[in-house]
Amino acid sequence: MRDYIYNFWQGLYTILIGMKVTFRHLFVPAVTIQYPSVKPQLPERERNRLYVNMDDCIGCDQCARACPVNCIEIETVKSIPGEDLGTTSNGKKKALWVTTFNIDFAKCCYCQLCVFPCPTVCIYMTDVYEFSEFQRENLVFDFVTLLPEERIQKKKNFEELQVKKEAEKIAAVKKTAEEKAAALANKPPEPKQDGKEEIK
Amino acid sequence: MMYDWLYNLTGNEILAMFIVSLLPLFVFILPFALFAVLMERKVSAHMQDRLGPMRTGYHGILQTVADIFKLLQKEDLVPTATDKTLFNFAPLLVFIGSYAAFAAIPFSGFFIGSKIDLGLIFIVGVTGLVVAGILMAGWASNNKYSLLGAMRAAAQIISYEIPTLMIILMIVMLTGTLSLYDLSELQTAYFWNWLILGGPAVGLQKILLIPFMIMGCLIIYTSTLAEVNRTPFDIPEAESELVSGYHTEYSGMKFAMFFLAEYANMFAVSAIVAVLFFGGYQSPFGYLGNTLGWTWLVPIEQFFWFTSKGLFFVFVQMWLRWTLPRFRVDQLMAFCWKYLIPFSFVILLLVGLIALM
Amino acid sequence: MTQYSIQNTKDSKLKTEEMVLNMGPQHPSTHGVLRLELQIDGEIIIDVVPHIGYLHRCFEKHCEAMTYPQIIPYTDRMDYLASMYNEFGYALAMERLMKIEVPERVEYIRVIMGELQRIASHLVALGTYGADIGAFTPFLFCFRDRERILHLFEITCGARLLYNYIWIGGLSHDLHPDFIRLTKEFIKDFRPNVKELNELLSYNRIFIERTANVGILPIETAINYGVTGPNLRASGLKWDLRRDDPYSAYHKFDYEIPVGSGEKGKTGDCWDRYYVRVLEMEESLKIIEQAIDTIPDGDVSSAIPKRVKPPEGQIYTRVENPRGELGYFIISDGSLNPARVKVRAPSFVTMQVFPELCKGFMVADVVAILGSVDIVLGEIDR
Repeated sequence: MRDYIYNFWQGLYTILIGMKVTFRHLFVPAVTIQYPSVKPQLPERERNRLYVNMDDCIGCDQCARACPVNCIEIETVKSIPGEDLGTTSNGKKKALWVTTFNIDFAKCCYCQLCVFPCPTVCIYMTDVYEFSEFQRENLVFDFVTLLPEERIQKKKNFEELQVKKEAEKIAAVKKTAEEKAAALANKPPEPKQDGKEEIK
Repeated sequence: MMYDWLYNLTGNEILAMFIVSLLPLFVFILPFALFAVLMERKVSAHMQDRLGPMRTGYHGILQTVADIFKLLQKEDLVPTATDKTLFNFAPLLVFIGSYAAFAAIPFSGFFIGSKIDLGLIFIVGVTGLVVAGILMAGWASNNKYSLLGAMRAAAQIISYEIPTLMIILMIVMLTGTLSLYDLSELQTAYFWNWLILGGPAVGLQKILLIPFMIMGCLIIYTSTLAEVNRTPFDIPEAESELVSGYHTEYSGMKFAMFFLAEYANMFAVSAIVAVLFFGGYQSPFGYLGNTLGWTWLVPIEQFFWFTSKGLFFVFVQMWLRWTLPRFRVDQLMAFCWKYLIPFSFVILLLVGLIALM
Repeated sequence: MTQYSIQNTKDSKLKTEEMVLNMGPQHPSTHGVLRLELQIDGEIIIDVVPHIGYLHRCFEKHCEAMTYPQIIPYTDRMDYLASMYNEFGYALAMERLMKIEVPERVEYIRVIMGELQRIASHLVALGTYGADIGAFTPFLFCFRDRERILHLFEITCGARLLYNYIWIGGLSHDLHPDFIRLTKEFIKDFRPNVKELNELLSYNRIFIERTANVGILPIETAINYGVTGPNLRASGLKWDLRRDDPYSAYHKFDYEIPVGSGEKGKTGDCWDRYYVRVLEMEESLKIIEQAIDTIPDGDVSSAIPKRVKPPEGQIYTRVENPRGELGYFIISDGSLNPARVKVRAPSFVTMQVFPELCKGFMVADVVAILGSVDIVLGEIDR
């Protein structure tokens, strides 16, 4: 019987305490931010969409190697001698033309592992998060600043250079073979050496 | 009263009757149901430190209108393996059961839908139709879980009618009348004449009755909360451990009928508690119309007091919903049979003894 | 609520049949994609068969194809509600394998982040448990507090849920200048909120009726199955890896280990498991306060190796996840990629004991028991 009355009193009492808590919360101002008319202030280290500053990119491929999901695709082409590609903002001289730099944001897991290995800090995370698309292909972002004709041009330049170098190499090999043959015909025979005393 | 006034105005019996019967439905209850849905969402939001609907209209006022439009244009799915007659008829029955109770509730001294002498019994009988509707909905859905939910709902509503009736009996013993209109007229003038504070008769009886009246009010409030399936007794409708209860298979306007019927039911039982214990439409401190000499102001004031009392109890129902967790089914039945019914019996006996004095 | 015995129905003359009920993969009350096959006799449960694997993402096989630092974003995604601890366990295992000494500042910051993560994870567990039982308001209060913690994480490393912060040999960023001030403010605001949660939910009579004496886990059963974490502590055993197998800087702080005491029912019931988590949040606050006051200075990235190439060998390390003992077993063959990474997930072990907990109770109790055991499907399926 005592338990019975105790249960009943306990039930009533705790319900009233709970009601007091909820009633007090009626007068607490709401914590909701009414997006999209009010956008929250994001902190400076926020990790949202990546951005690549192609002026600083030296084409070292470190970011593509660091990515755990392989969402960065980089293709580079060596420059022909005599071309000046400029220097990056911290003084490095660029030596490669970057012809492809695609980041597939559908795959990117926003882990920031690509930012740290970059020697010139040209890839970094911005705070842009409203970039949804209707087609999945539109999420592959191409960061290269060369025009498509220029890319083809650079590749062609390099290939031509390769062909020229191959031709030169073949010509040089031919030339040394001829020289060797000529030298062999004119050299006197060399005395044979006895190597038995040298062995210890 | 309202009927006579309209008859004098129009000279036509049928037109007057027509307006009197439709007036509470369209002018008050349907707008109230729309308002109550919005009130629930806003009250729950502010209790939870958030904002609720804010975009439709100013601070979300037109949200329910938007919801009704949405439900109107939804496809009315009727699954093939159901019992079609029962499936289509169940929401109607639940709707009728909730709304017909408003016929006997006095909205003010001037207007009452039907001034029958058996008001309370009529109300309890008609709200019993809701059980039939729920069982039909559960059975006709051809869904194991709906059936389970519906049977639990039926057991719950039937069990909780007993404490309700006990307390109603207690009031009837004290006042000798079943008509809600007479009960409201009885608790005239100031708030110390209200039944929760003992009733209009002065004397020792009044003082002795106060604790029993307060207990009785709590008991009837709790048991009517269970009748309308609100938390903490919302096993039939909230996500029970399985799915959404007896109205899982309903979509579109039929679901809207269940929904609106629930809010109308909430107001009906709040109105009953207000009439039985808190003076119905009587004001706690005299009428402005009487003091100023404008007697036409009095019915309007009475309507205002009635609505505010009803709204206050509806607010307390919503407050309870967002504070308390849910009972389990066997605990719910244990609560009714082991706690509420013995208490109500004891109160009935003691109040009867006091009334004999 | 006492356990119903099923003997009566077996002896009676009426023949009853067992029904198989399916709480499918999509369900509002199971925490993730879990399929529970309930074999019931009327309302009483005879057996529960959990079906897992809906969230399997081949984490362990992936690890064999990636370098060691690249695995850290993947470990985040296992138990996505307690990411800092997953990274912590992995970094600790690798540091022990490569015999790297991290600076003291790194240890302290890892402890602070870990304990903040523990509070955040417990807030989710408590909030969703209340929502399963039917009380919708504490869910929102818990998440409001959790937003403050996630903001703290956001200013430190830029992400709210999957951090990639604790690296092998150190951390990716040092603490933000505002971090300590904001954490102190958070602690000041959080203690009254725990009290409010208790008033609203923990001591509520209806909640106690639903959770006390339901799903009782005796100590012997828990130890036999290998259950650890708050579930084991609620059954009465004072076993916490931060004290019994200390790692990082935990031996420097002073804190209690809350144990279930059977206050509202038998020891080891759902209420105890729930309440042990509430008490643990308070203990975490104590640890954070002590750590913040005594944090030493230093450089957090000084010990991070340029290339992670551990010597050949294998190691097993365990840490105290908010859900129990999280273990990493790493076999290295001397190259840049691991040969095998195996994770001992605490929720996986807890799912083994789940059918034992449910036998004899009613269908409505399954939801209560599942919520109190606090599983995360990402950890079970990996």
